[in-house]
Amino acid sequence: MFFSEEERYVRANDRPSNLSYNYANNAIRTSKYNIITFLPLNLFEQFRRLANAYFLFLLILQLIPQISSLSWFTTALPLILVLSMTAVKDANDDINRHKSDRQVNNRMVNVLIDGVLKNEKWMNVQVGDIVKLESNQFVTLTHVTHPTILTLLIEPLNLVYVETAELDGETNLKVKQALTLTGEMGDSIEALSAFKGEVRCEPPNNRLDKFKGTLTVNGQNYGLDNDKILLRGCTLRNTEWCFGLVIFGGPDTKLMQNSGKTKFKRTSIDHLMNILVLCIFGFLFTLCFILAIGNAVWEVKEGSVFTVFLPREPGVNAALSSFLSFWSYVIVLNAVVPISLYVSVEVIRLGNSFFINWDRKMYYPKNDTPAQSHSVDFSWNKLADPKFDFHDYNLVETVREGNPEAQAFFRLLALCHTVMPEEKKEGELNYQAQSPDEGALVTAARNFGFVFRSRTPETITIMEMGEKVTYELLAVLDFNNVRKRMSVIVRGPDGKMTLYCKGADTIIYERLDHSCKRLMKVTTGHLNEYAGDGLRTLVLAYKHLKENYMEEWTQRHHEASTALEGREERLDQLYEEIEKDMILLGATAVEDKLQDGVPQTIEQLAKADIKIWVLTGDKQGMSCYILELLYARRKMCPESAEEPSVTKARAGLFWLQKTETVQDEQVEGDYALIINGHSLAFALEKDLELELLRTACMCQTVICCRVTPLQKAQVVELVKKYKQAITLAIGDGANDVSMIKAAHIGVGISGQEGMQAVLSSDFSFAQFRYLQRLLLVHGRWSYLRMCKFLQYFFYKNFTFTFVHFWYAFFCGFSAQTVYDEWFITLYNLVYTSLPILSLGLFDQDVNDRWSFEYPQLYSPGQLNMYFSKKAFVHCMVHSCYCSLVLFFIPWGAIHDTVRDDGRDLADYQSFALLAQTCLLVVVSIQLCIDTYAWTTVNQFFVWGSLFAYLAITFTMYSNGMFLIFTSVFPFIGTVRNSLNQPNVWLTIFLTSLLCVLPVVALRFILIQIRPTINDKVRKTPETEYCLCILRVSTRRSGYAFSHSQGYGALVTSERFLFKRPLKSLLAFSAQTETPRPQLFRPIPE
Amino acid sequence: MVKEEQEESSNRPDNTAFTQQRLPAWQPILSASIVIPMFLLIGAAFIGVGVALFITSRDIQLQELDYTGDDSEHPCFKCRTNTEKCTCSMTFSIPTLFKGPVFFYYGLTNYFQNQRKYGASKDDNQLYGDLDYFTNPSTDCDPYTRDSKNMPIVPCGALANSMFNDSFSLSHTVNGVQKIVPLDGKGIAWWTDYNIKYRNPTLNSVFFSGTKKPTNWPKPIYELDTTDVYNNGFINQDFLVWMRRAALPDFRKLYRRITHDDYADGLPAGNYTLTIAYNYPVHSFNGKKKVVLSNVSWMGGKNDFLGIAYIVVGSMCVVMSVVMLIVYARFKFAEDV
Repeated sequence: MFFSEEERYVRANDRPSNLSYNYANNAIRTSKYNIITFLPLNLFEQFRRLANAYFLFLLILQLIPQISSLSWFTTALPLILVLSMTAVKDANDDINRHKSDRQVNNRMVNVLIDGVLKNEKWMNVQVGDIVKLESNQFVTLTHVTHPTILTLLIEPLNLVYVETAELDGETNLKVKQALTLTGEMGDSIEALSAFKGEVRCEPPNNRLDKFKGTLTVNGQNYGLDNDKILLRGCTLRNTEWCFGLVIFGGPDTKLMQNSGKTKFKRTSIDHLMNILVLCIFGFLFTLCFILAIGNAVWEVKEGSVFTVFLPREPGVNAALSSFLSFWSYVIVLNAVVPISLYVSVEVIRLGNSFFINWDRKMYYPKNDTPAQSHSVDFSWNKLADPKFDFHDYNLVETVREGNPEAQAFFRLLALCHTVMPEEKKEGELNYQAQSPDEGALVTAARNFGFVFRSRTPETITIMEMGEKVTYELLAVLDFNNVRKRMSVIVRGPDGKMTLYCKGADTIIYERLDHSCKRLMKVTTGHLNEYAGDGLRTLVLAYKHLKENYMEEWTQRHHEASTALEGREERLDQLYEEIEKDMILLGATAVEDKLQDGVPQTIEQLAKADIKIWVLTGDKQGMSCYILELLYARRKMCPESAEEPSVTKARAGLFWLQKTETVQDEQVEGDYALIINGHSLAFALEKDLELELLRTACMCQTVICCRVTPLQKAQVVELVKKYKQAITLAIGDGANDVSMIKAAHIGVGISGQEGMQAVLSSDFSFAQFRYLQRLLLVHGRWSYLRMCKFLQYFFYKNFTFTFVHFWYAFFCGFSAQTVYDEWFITLYNLVYTSLPILSLGLFDQDVNDRWSFEYPQLYSPGQLNMYFSKKAFVHCMVHSCYCSLVLFFIPWGAIHDTVRDDGRDLADYQSFALLAQTCLLVVVSIQLCIDTYAWTTVNQFFVWGSLFAYLAITFTMYSNGMFLIFTSVFPFIGTVRNSLNQPNVWLTIFLTSLLCVLPVVALRFILIQIRPTINDKVRKTPETEYCLCILRVSTRRSGYAFSHSQGYGALVTSERFLFKRPLKSLLAFSAQTETPRPQLFRPIPE
Repeated sequence: MVKEEQEESSNRPDNTAFTQQRLPAWQPILSASIVIPMFLLIGAAFIGVGVALFITSRDIQLQELDYTGDDSEHPCFKCRTNTEKCTCSMTFSIPTLFKGPVFFYYGLTNYFQNQRKYGASKDDNQLYGDLDYFTNPSTDCDPYTRDSKNMPIVPCGALANSMFNDSFSLSHTVNGVQKIVPLDGKGIAWWTDYNIKYRNPTLNSVFFSGTKKPTNWPKPIYELDTTDVYNNGFINQDFLVWMRRAALPDFRKLYRRITHDDYADGLPAGNYTLTIAYNYPVHSFNGKKKVVLSNVSWMGGKNDFLGIAYIVVGSMCVVMSVVMLIVYARFKFAEDV
């Protein structure tokens, strides 16, 4: 497209006009390649990776005969293998995408063309077409406005129920409805084909919750918003059929605009790995430089006089020879830059994430949800080291309360909500609520005799103490995160108009009538009490409205809601205007029952030295309560004195509550920072955020209460930015999504509050308590494994390479390899790959139970103790030592010696075989030493690899192979002639032990002198440990309002939902997990 | 009942040792009771092996004669820079019986047979008797692929071209009379080299027509040993020995074995004369040439290194075990208190 679209203009039933705009049609293409482009494109993409490009460069170097120190296959084989493995994976992915594309594009749909409904393939649907959708059919098409909705038997009103699981993961039904105007057309094909509407709307974008447009019919404008469109990816439910006008097609649809662009999150290990690879490059070039100088010296001193037997090539002098040998050594020493590293790392990550998915201890049988790790590719190892941990506390099953006193109180509860009643079976009334809180409140009202029965867009019917009363619904002033309240305006049977409002206490208090002063005081007391108990509170208020004012207001409301410009602002203003001078009714409190094991989990994580920041919608009193959970043992007590700290004095904008431990070790000074959303807004400003962070980091625990979703993300970003720490965010609600996305590791809890959190997370599971298993067990293991893997990987490759370095001093720096070229080719690929992978997949230093018993085991990971630059240097020193042993022991042993029949044993080929065998034995033993848990798989791979080495070597050096490929395997006979010599075996034995024993001794001594927590635990006999389980209260508080906005508008629209007139009396069925009323305290007037 | 539940919940992960990461495993722990005795044991074993190796190596007899002739007093001094044929002889005595079988080696020092380009400069296909490579040798052989007249060289390459061409004879002075010690040149190369890796084309000289001998050689390959067809051409034993290039710049190569006649049991004590046909130039690159007479043991030729290394490593193990014991005792007690 050459221009960016600013507005979309679509005319119904007018293909020629719509085609002139060149809007995308409905065919989609998510695949990246086709048969012809696959190879070049895929190769191009792969060579954009540094390691692959480097190997390609090496390959080119090897084609220069003056430089080539190794045969081409030593580089080509690994490269081809890596490339083809990746290519096969990519191809497979792309084939799947092709398949799904084809399937989607070829679905059939009824399209109204020239006055007739035709069955067409989806890809042929054009913008501006009118299509007919049927129940349970994917609206995979497109965005559709419905100019018409007809409902037959069960849908007497223009309502379409859709499920948007594919779009946003939510499985609850949502209601969409058509304009009255178009709804009247019904399913009359004639009317529809004659329909001449024009739609102007926003250009394609990826916002699922917003839509703005107008439909113009006969010069009249009608507003179109999110409720009037069906998005591609929805499924029609409980709706026989509907008609729709196609506005966006294929790639323009919101579903497609949302897909694709996944951002890889990188772990600190990734980061370190990249640095190390760069270091290795530097190191490689340093080595090569040294060797090139060596070569120059040799050429001058020895080579120049050795020309009798080895004449120089014409034009080559010492300097040029040294230059060439630099590149020759770059080739020889290439093993230090491990091409297989990235592939192996990905395999290990994949494997470890599968272990998470497979873990039965993270499987929640109640709703059949196993743990899941998403974005497998890169998400993995960051699990390892979160230092900060953000929580949202809405993980809750609600429990509730009530007391039949004030009628108004319950009437409000029964009227002011967006709950939809659903009667699945005769006489079985279920409430479909947007948030558990809403459902609980309505249920509470029901239990106290105010039964919400049914609603239409214009009425709400409730049973007041057994008496059926129908209220006329005039307006719903919807909830959103800024307003933090919702209201309804109803006209009772007596004709009186009343506004009922419920919302967060601070918000409502600002809008109360002055006459409520006394009540407010009482209520505040109750609220504090509730908050102290960890309950979620709501304040209820009402207001009587005058007829004439209401009329005028309704008029303005209508104007505002059809306005194209600034619709929301105008509505907000209107709401603000009417929601004032209200009369306080009382307060409700909803108890959040924590998921099982939350306090224990937090306790565990705290022990593991994970800093926990709680970002919550609660108020402070509640937070203190959470604090108590965090440090139950320390028994913290809030002393809400304003702390005139430096920060405060300077800023004066946010106040600090310092909470001190009332414990003996006050010297230790455990502090907690509690800050509310209001103050946080100021604190997060540029000049203050560092101050905030500094203060916060001095505290053991940080609690931010009453924070908005945006602030949650801001806090995470702040920590990420200035602390360079790894952050983990966990939450379950839609309001946690931003935070989950911002953090290094996002964990979603698949619970009651929709699926958005899960969909945007890297890991998800059903219960908060699984977090400790994720971190303390899986995170720890996989971090450990990855570190072990990297350490060992570098070790084995360095050792392999350094031997060449030492040999250079004995072969005139001529880039002569120590090993057989085939060994070089297969070393990383075959001989050592599987053992190291099994180390990376199966190793466990301590089993999962012990990880739980000793959360402290987690701490070393945070300090990067297992793998850091220091560890890398250790690893290099170790490699250096081993390579010295590996070169000089065989050197000494073979020097001037002969076979036991007097024949040659000190020849190059025998030496190469000896050196490579020693190397392989040494690295295999080292692997065993590094492995904590020797499983059969591990051992099988280690022994299998050694065996494979012998088998392959025997085969390659056999007569037969030489007879077939004469010059390819020049090492013929070497195995037979040297491995039958006792001194060769004695040399292998000596070399291996000499490499390994110092490591064992050193580790033993270190364990004695400076035992790590790890060593201690490993040494502890099983019977010795004990666990003190902290019994703490399992109550907790959360966000006052947790449901999403947008439902109010639906409820008010002229034709409203409600499934069908109730035919029989209701029988309330007790749902198994229905929130239970517990406590209710109305405020006596 | 449990079964039913599992069937119902389709997402429930499998309960296997593998998926639940409960594979049976043995966790080796470096505890004092294992590590310290282990070191002690290994130390003792190593010292034992080391002593055995050392004694074995010490019992091997070795007679080394440097005949480079750098020293002006040396009988071979005159041949040092001589480009013509030159012969010199050295005498030496063997005080006690030199137990047989005795092996006769020549040795070179500072000679970089392991130089990459030198080592790569040969054509395995040609040496395998592949006639295509007679007319068209591999460019690996450069600059000894073709001579100045562009004739292909067989065998091509620097390695073959630089073949060692000194020859030796050994005589024993018995009662004032020189008695030639018979030298056996058979079976001095690897069996695989002789039988598999190197092959002559079936009809010798015919196929060498159109090819040139290596420039340094006095005679073509098919005249290396005209007396024995099984020791001629590419399968000439001396050639094979030379072509098996050494790993290190100081090396020795088997020249002959002394296994015949009176010397089958070894060289008796007495005076011997070594006569050298001095051809091979090493003076230019400060190389040394020597002749080594040696016998072998089960562990091959004389090499004290391995024995000493075993003894040293073994002793270090013992020392380490003591150190570890001390450390263990100290910190163990410290912990208990």
